[in-house]
Amino acid sequence: MIGFILRRILVVIPTLLGVSIIIFLMLAITPGDPAELLLGERATKESLDAMREYLGLQKPLYVQYGLFLKRVAQFDLGETIWTRQKVSVEIMERFPATIELTLAAMIISSFLGIILGIISATKQYSWFDYASMLGSLFGVSMPVFWLGLVLMLIFALNLGWFPMSGRLGVDIDLTTITNLFVLDSVLTRNWEALRSALMHLTLPAIALSTIPLAIVARMTRSSMLEVLRQDYIKTARAKGLSEFKIVLKHALRNGLIPVVTVVGLQFGILLGGAILTETVFAWPGVGKWLYDGVVKRDYMVIQGGCLLVATIFVFVNLIVDVLYAIINPRISVK
Amino acid sequence: MMKKIGIFVCIFTFLIVSSSLAQTPKKGGTLVFGRGGDSVGLDPAYETDGNSFMICDNVYEALVFYKDESTALEPGLATSWEVSPDGLTYTFKLRKGVKFHDGTPFNADAVVFSHGRMMKERKIKFFGKGWEIPKQERPPEYWVSMEMDNTIDSIEAKDEHTVVYKLKRVEAPFLANMGMDFADIISPTAFMKDPAGFVRNPVGTGPFKFVKWIKDDRIILEAFKDYWNKAKGPYLDRVIFRAIPENSVRFLELKAGNIHICQFPNAADIPLAKKDPKLQVFTQPGMNIGYLGFNHKKEPWASNVKLRKAIAHAINRKAIVDNIYQGMGEVAKNCIPPTMWGYNKDVPGYQYDVELAKKLIAEAGYPEGKGLPEITLWSMPVARPYNPEGLKVGVAMIGDLAKIGIRARVVSYDWGTYLKRQREQPEDMDLFQLGWTGDNGDPDNFLAVLFDGMASPAVRIQWHNETYHNLMLQGKQTVDQAKRAEIYKKAQQLMYEECPVIPIAHSAVMWPGLKKVQNFKLHPTGSVYLGSVWLP
Repeated sequence: MIGFILRRILVVIPTLLGVSIIIFLMLAITPGDPAELLLGERATKESLDAMREYLGLQKPLYVQYGLFLKRVAQFDLGETIWTRQKVSVEIMERFPATIELTLAAMIISSFLGIILGIISATKQYSWFDYASMLGSLFGVSMPVFWLGLVLMLIFALNLGWFPMSGRLGVDIDLTTITNLFVLDSVLTRNWEALRSALMHLTLPAIALSTIPLAIVARMTRSSMLEVLRQDYIKTARAKGLSEFKIVLKHALRNGLIPVVTVVGLQFGILLGGAILTETVFAWPGVGKWLYDGVVKRDYMVIQGGCLLVATIFVFVNLIVDVLYAIINPRISVK
Repeated sequence: MMKKIGIFVCIFTFLIVSSSLAQTPKKGGTLVFGRGGDSVGLDPAYETDGNSFMICDNVYEALVFYKDESTALEPGLATSWEVSPDGLTYTFKLRKGVKFHDGTPFNADAVVFSHGRMMKERKIKFFGKGWEIPKQERPPEYWVSMEMDNTIDSIEAKDEHTVVYKLKRVEAPFLANMGMDFADIISPTAFMKDPAGFVRNPVGTGPFKFVKWIKDDRIILEAFKDYWNKAKGPYLDRVIFRAIPENSVRFLELKAGNIHICQFPNAADIPLAKKDPKLQVFTQPGMNIGYLGFNHKKEPWASNVKLRKAIAHAINRKAIVDNIYQGMGEVAKNCIPPTMWGYNKDVPGYQYDVELAKKLIAEAGYPEGKGLPEITLWSMPVARPYNPEGLKVGVAMIGDLAKIGIRARVVSYDWGTYLKRQREQPEDMDLFQLGWTGDNGDPDNFLAVLFDGMASPAVRIQWHNETYHNLMLQGKQTVDQAKRAEIYKKAQQLMYEECPVIPIAHSAVMWPGLKKVQNFKLHPTGSVYLGSVWLP
């Protein structure tokens, strides 16, 4: 098992190398000049030249890439073009916000999705089954942007139950340790901040959870349906076990295996940043930051951000594989 | 009768008392300012964007200030200044008793340090011990683009409170430049403590001091208790700048009362704000111009004035302002805004007149557009303060041009490429949209920088007109403002006659805010000063 994990970690290196080459080539063929964008309408030839020189844009492409690799090998992602801050610092300032939102959304979607899926499978073709599957179809198809605004209008503006946007009330002072506000407020025993952080988290987490929720629910349903038709379930029924015990003890463990993959993949995707949700709810996460980097042609942000996202994706996949083995000992990690 | 008079007197007294109460600023409170994005950095020398300058406006101050709602100059950190008769030496007398937020005193050495660090060749002299200024890592963008290295020769602190600037050339806009954000004075002690970290820990002399920055979320400032100018507050205890990227969400936050001022709302939300009894709309004519330029490197545009004028009369600019700017602006006659000194209100402007346009295009040698190939109209892909929707404006213009027989198509690129290629004046560009937001309120900053093609091949309108070029040189080299105004008026008349560009519109800035926000004034430069603002 340990050998397997080590091998998988080693695979990360060529994967990231490939990712970085692809990103670098894409940036090279995309038009747009960060120096022009930085200086805007008022750029003079002098100021443009000075800026390009400073940014190293006049060097040939392969030299730029070589310099980039050299830095990365020294665990240095360089400085961003726009804010002149270390890319790693910029990421660390925003990534906790993304982790917090993703975790909340994944908890909601996995929990509800699995329950909905199980009930739908055990009560196939009932009204509940139809309703929940129709609901999840809506969940997949609904634009997050629109849903976010609707949630905000109803629950924040009209009912006043939740705050509209941001991560924390403006009147609250929180000493940050991990930058995960929910965790920080618990660690510093700042209950007012905890309440505010949770309230701020609710609406964006709901908006973000709809798509994974729908996917998880449908996946659980179909997987459970298949398992429930297996012979060993019939045997269990013949033994006279209660339906509750059959579903939860015998069927679920097998039924969950494909669901774990789906949950893992969704988790990885969301950690890369949920641009739309972050934009609507003014959630200062890594997705909006990366998107702005693309718009502003901030090569350093794009490179650093994509490497981060790729690394996370690889590791989440690794965790999923390990979980597989734990849930189902029949699957060998070899 | 007496009873009626009594009631009238009571009401009158009540009105007077209540209005005078309303005028007395109250101290305290937190103002939350909602804006579309976060600041990039907080070192005034290196910033280029409005969201960064907005914080700098409140943390730092410059030697000269712009007056409220105008770009007329008034004493700032300098109490007075003298210009030598040859226009090459500026001597500033500095304000005494001013402190930086870190407690260190503001003096002539701080001025030499703040400006000297941006110079390419540092010809500077401190009065006291001074500092060894670290080499600058990055070009200071505004310093370079305002050509300060070509203007300033040396900066010297004569004594604790006197600074002398020796110039290389007579440059009338120099004083106005000294009021711009890039010329803000910073605390040398704070900078030297951590040169790389200063961009995130700004220290100046302004009414508010920096407290905390949560990236992409908020920047918190608090009142600076030792602020020198008691007449300008600060009245608020704290100011929080929140980044709320989505325009409609920002407006909803305002409606819910969670923020006090909402920057750049969707145009459609302005009428809603005007109707809402809890809201007010702050308005300011913008110091900007959106224009349609010709490719002067290419015929027939370079030499055919009648053709250029035909297009100017064919475009229905009022319809564009009414429908695409949604009324937030006015049709432009000249290429400088009407609020600026030197504006020539006697220029008639190009009237929308299709018949006249048809007549002109025939006289230009292209009756009903015959003989003219399909032309390209470059339209901006992004919203800018002077043009909210370039692509829509482009489509409207094409419709107008078709009426006089000109076939045109809209061309667009991503913004960076657009700016870059436009500068090259390529063969495939006939007409192009662009514009400008003023920096320092000086007509030179519009008329010379944008349209004097003879000054440099990098000027975006490559119009080569000897008379105009000479007027621009005269304008720079004349120190007396009244004389300069006359020169720029002549230049505007010449532009009207020659039509090197078609001025489209000056857009207005409209930001809704809560009714209870007192004494907030938008500034033509786009600066946001909150020192005098208070909450009841």
